Amino acid sequence: MTALARLAALLLVAVLACARDAAAQPLVADLSSHEISITTGFAGTELLLFGATDGEGDVVVVVRGPAGPATVRRKSRVLGIWINTDSLRFEGVPSFYRVASSRPLDQVGTPGMRQRHQIGVGAVNARAPEGTPPERLAAFRDGLVRAKLREGLWDDAPAQVAFMGPKLFRATIGFPPNVPTGIYNVEVFLVKDGREIGAQTAPMRVKKTGIGARVYDFAHRHAALHGLAAVMIALAAGWAASAAFRRN
Amino acid sequence: MQIYLPVAELSVNWLLLLGLGGGVGLLSGLFGVGGGFLMTPLLIFIGVPPAIAVGSEAAQIVGASVSGALAHWRRNNVDFRMGFVLLAGGIFGSTIGVQVFALLRNAGQVELIIALAYVVILGATGGLMLAESVRAMRRQRLTGTARRGKLHQHTWLHGLPLKMRFPKSKLYISALLPFAVGAFVGLLAALMGVGGGFIMVPAMIYLLGMPTSVVVGTSLFQIVFVTANVTFLQAWQNQTVDIVLAVLLLVGGVVGAQFGARLGQKLRGEQLRGLLALMVLGVALKLAFDLVATPQDAFSLGGGRAH
Repeated sequence: MTALARLAALLLVAVLACARDAAAQPLVADLSSHEISITTGFAGTELLLFGATDGEGDVVVVVRGPAGPATVRRKSRVLGIWINTDSLRFEGVPSFYRVASSRPLDQVGTPGMRQRHQIGVGAVNARAPEGTPPERLAAFRDGLVRAKLREGLWDDAPAQVAFMGPKLFRATIGFPPNVPTGIYNVEVFLVKDGREIGAQTAPMRVKKTGIGARVYDFAHRHAALHGLAAVMIALAAGWAASAAFRRN
Repeated sequence: MQIYLPVAELSVNWLLLLGLGGGVGLLSGLFGVGGGFLMTPLLIFIGVPPAIAVGSEAAQIVGASVSGALAHWRRNNVDFRMGFVLLAGGIFGSTIGVQVFALLRNAGQVELIIALAYVVILGATGGLMLAESVRAMRRQRLTGTARRGKLHQHTWLHGLPLKMRFPKSKLYISALLPFAVGAFVGLLAALMGVGGGFIMVPAMIYLLGMPTSVVVGTSLFQIVFVTANVTFLQAWQNQTVDIVLAVLLLVGGVVGAQFGARLGQKLRGEQLRGLLALMVLGVALKLAFDLVATPQDAFSLGGGRAH
């Protein structure tokens, strides 16, 4: 982490210099890295977000992973056992969600603004088919949020955006080992008197690298060949392991 | 100590996987079973998605069975003629099984069916084995020696058409019978991520009436090819085989099995069978409980990945 801290200090100096040049911009922010590489030993990571404001206000950071469909299923008891009996498919659901704020979320901006910018898990985008009854929608949406929280892919507890002095701020965003791959969207908002007075977007990418990435690609692009290879490897490994053990 | 499983897309402790492989390997060496019926539920329990657990476990069984199959081949303990008929059934059953698996996965019911199959199959075999071994132990206490029942009984099954001679097993039975046994076990292999030895072996002895000397070798021969077929098809059609996971389990499993086999020589047959029966029943009860108990949350994110 010391290397990260040193990097952050350097970057802060750079941001300060930029902030002075771009005095017209109310908000400047950046990430310590724009790419997370999932290697064979990947066990989660943290990114540092830092920046400066040109005046007072609350800073909110929203990190969203690539959006896609999500099917939520509901179990009910049939003949004594619990079976998936109902489901609802949502569209445009972010695979990953984190939020950071300098103040509790319900004290930042207005509900309308929070909804618009997907601030807080209750406001995260999830489009249900049109005509879904409101109660059913609410039940499944809550189920979706709970399932995402259980998987650790969404987080309802905002990380702290810490101010160092009146203008400089920083926040640490954690990414778990099961972080989905793809293009991420990191949005930073400066909010004052219930209004958003500055915003900045930073793209970020999570990608697999190394052998793991090649194995995954191979398994999906050349599935039949991968199947043959898997059988061969299993045969060879099984035979070799028992042969090696027998000799000892 | 973490390793990222590339196809499962999750990060697990590789020592845990080696340990799981070793522990299940020990039990499988001890009891002379494949251990798939223990490993698949354990993998699901530590957070591996059920579909990946079933597909990768098939690959692990291929590796775990190959050396045993080769050893029995060298000792001339494989009835190839019977093996090929069983295998034909096995390929048929497992190919259908993989298709059914894909359908169930899309319908969001694959976890339920896996759990139900485990409860029914393990409950039935565990119960029968326990009853059998208790009877054997009691008989032994009464007479001093364990006696076998009648080796061969004629039933309606022997009146089926397509009769075939199996010289090595000294049998003249309908080929439909071993084909059906193979198909049923193949279906289970695809759905449950097991080799199916724990069903195949009793079916060969009691249903087909094969001599015990060729039962284990022939069953291993069939299991290698059927699980290879399951591995190939699961990888091809469902992309659910994680070879890194399979190899880690395999290495632990092979080492554990050697110790288990040595330990097994110190225990008596009926006791071993009784213990195995209790373990099988234990797994069945645990899964049955999970099906009946009220889940923490009735809602879940379901069925395949949202690509």
